[in-house]
Amino acid sequence: MARRSPVKVIGSRLVQALPMILLATFMVFALLKLVPGDIAVTLAGDNATDARITEIRQLYGLDRPSLVQYGAWLGHVVQGDLSQSLLTGEKVADSIGRAFPNTLLIVVIALVLALVTGIPMGVMAAIKPNGWIDKLISMIASLGVAVPGFWLAMILVAEFSLKLNWLPATGAKSFSASPIDAVRHALLPGIAIAAYGMAEVARQLRGALLEVLSSQYVRTLHAKGLSMSRILWQHGLKNVGVNLLTIISLLVNRMLAATVVIEAVFAIPGLGSLIVRGAIQRDFPIVQGVVFTMVVVVIAVNLITDLLCAAVDPRIEQ
Amino acid sequence: MGAGPPAQRKAEGARDDARPLLSVRGLGVRFKTAQGIWQATRRIDFDVAPGERIGIVGESGCGKTITGLSILRLLPGNFAGLDGRILFDGTDLASCSARQMRAIRGKRIAMIFQEPMSALDPVFTVGHQIAETLRVHSDVSYEEARAKTLEMLRRVGIASPERRIDDYPHQLSGGMRQRVMIAASLICGPELLIADEPTTALDVTVQAQILELLRDISETSKTALMLITHDLGVVAETCTRMITMYAGEVIEDATVDEALVRPLHPYTSGLLRSLPHLSPRHGRLPSIPGRCRRLPRCRPAAASAPAARTQ
Repeated sequence: MARRSPVKVIGSRLVQALPMILLATFMVFALLKLVPGDIAVTLAGDNATDARITEIRQLYGLDRPSLVQYGAWLGHVVQGDLSQSLLTGEKVADSIGRAFPNTLLIVVIALVLALVTGIPMGVMAAIKPNGWIDKLISMIASLGVAVPGFWLAMILVAEFSLKLNWLPATGAKSFSASPIDAVRHALLPGIAIAAYGMAEVARQLRGALLEVLSSQYVRTLHAKGLSMSRILWQHGLKNVGVNLLTIISLLVNRMLAATVVIEAVFAIPGLGSLIVRGAIQRDFPIVQGVVFTMVVVVIAVNLITDLLCAAVDPRIEQ
Repeated sequence: MGAGPPAQRKAEGARDDARPLLSVRGLGVRFKTAQGIWQATRRIDFDVAPGERIGIVGESGCGKTITGLSILRLLPGNFAGLDGRILFDGTDLASCSARQMRAIRGKRIAMIFQEPMSALDPVFTVGHQIAETLRVHSDVSYEEARAKTLEMLRRVGIASPERRIDDYPHQLSGGMRQRVMIAASLICGPELLIADEPTTALDVTVQAQILELLRDISETSKTALMLITHDLGVVAETCTRMITMYAGEVIEDATVDEALVRPLHPYTSGLLRSLPHLSPRHGRLPSIPGRCRRLPRCRPAAASAPAARTQ
């Protein structure tokens, strides 16, 4: 059976990704232009005259038509330049480079926690459907889905930072400088986001496993003399591999979005805080830059997921 | 109730002298249903001698598959209880622990199923699935298992096994998948192979090849074969003895020659009459009229059946 080489697959997927990047950045740009507020007023400072504000608009090119502004931004991006912040003049790429590791660490911790807890929960629930373990897990999972992340975050801070003083309540540390300190800072926000992920992994995995366990080939495996645990952990997990990978890719995207709120709660200088500040100050190059980065990450995650799915399930043709 | 023993004639020959490999006595299986407990099979008695090939026939729903599954205790989740004894080489399988059953499944009693596509795990290579049976039951190295797997693939008649061993089930034809199933079930050299409608999902030419393979393997390796089918032609070609089941009970147990030429039970002759003939055309095929549990369905029963029983 002929298969396309992974290089070709990646190439064609990247071409498909271009319209998505264009659409996402353009929509965010349009939204920013629609909301009231003008960065020129901020830049001009207190008690500025109308003439001064107009001058600043011209200086930064804010007087040009919106489409021209977007085109100019896009022109820079194509050349690998995410332009500068209007407010501070710092290169957007530098701001993102500083913020991204903080966000990435939280998402990685959240994902690992969600999988480490969610997978065993899903498997245990599937062993005896409607048994008391299954019911207990289903209850925990419902809680995990229902509890808002920011609320859980505040409870965690109140309990583990303020009361027990085990973990820091706010801020972030550079991972390369002190990994342990960085993880300590990212742990509570990670847990706050992981709760939803754990619930989702457990629920989806249970459903997928139950379907696998009711299939004919599981009867064959029993007839061959395999133990239940071998059937579950070896055949079961490989058969739900595609489902699991899909859940993970959706989770990464969701968790990335969830950091916007969680970073605000923990005052973490990550991508989420950056985009919130950019949006409030109408610093559109910052907002555009972060959106661009997130879209690229999401596309990359989806692409990697598709490649891994094909590796796990031989029936999938790329 | 009040049904007597099944219409049975002792087959002549050495079979009676040899100790049976499998001896099923009074086997009955119950299931939970929405309407309460349902007795699927009852009072099933039969023996299988070492190396013997028996066919279990009967219409859909008569309990032949359930009987096959209950020997390996692979009954579905709504299983409610089992009566009787299943003596395999002196051990009562009905009272074995789960661990003891696992040691027997695949190693001493193997089973293959009707639909070879859904009976194989789609995400593992066929080589892995054949070797798996061996590796579960014995402590062999990867290389040994692979060499044995290649040998089995060759033995079940798969062309270029070196290439096929790393294929996935979806890359094989239906007949090849059933050959793979047979290889996976026979790699440990079981004493009994239960084949549940192994050729029903295959086309006619492939069907004949698979049956020939089963008969051949049973003869050369002295593996007893329990062939579950609704196709009397399949039994005639493959087996030496035929057990006819109806409504959860065994109603006739005879050699294939006797059962097919001089059926003792009217139901068996009913089954025989409903076989289509190639020539000349007889008009409509006789069907077995169905009204009540058993007796009224046997056309000549009321007048002439020697084993006629009243309910």
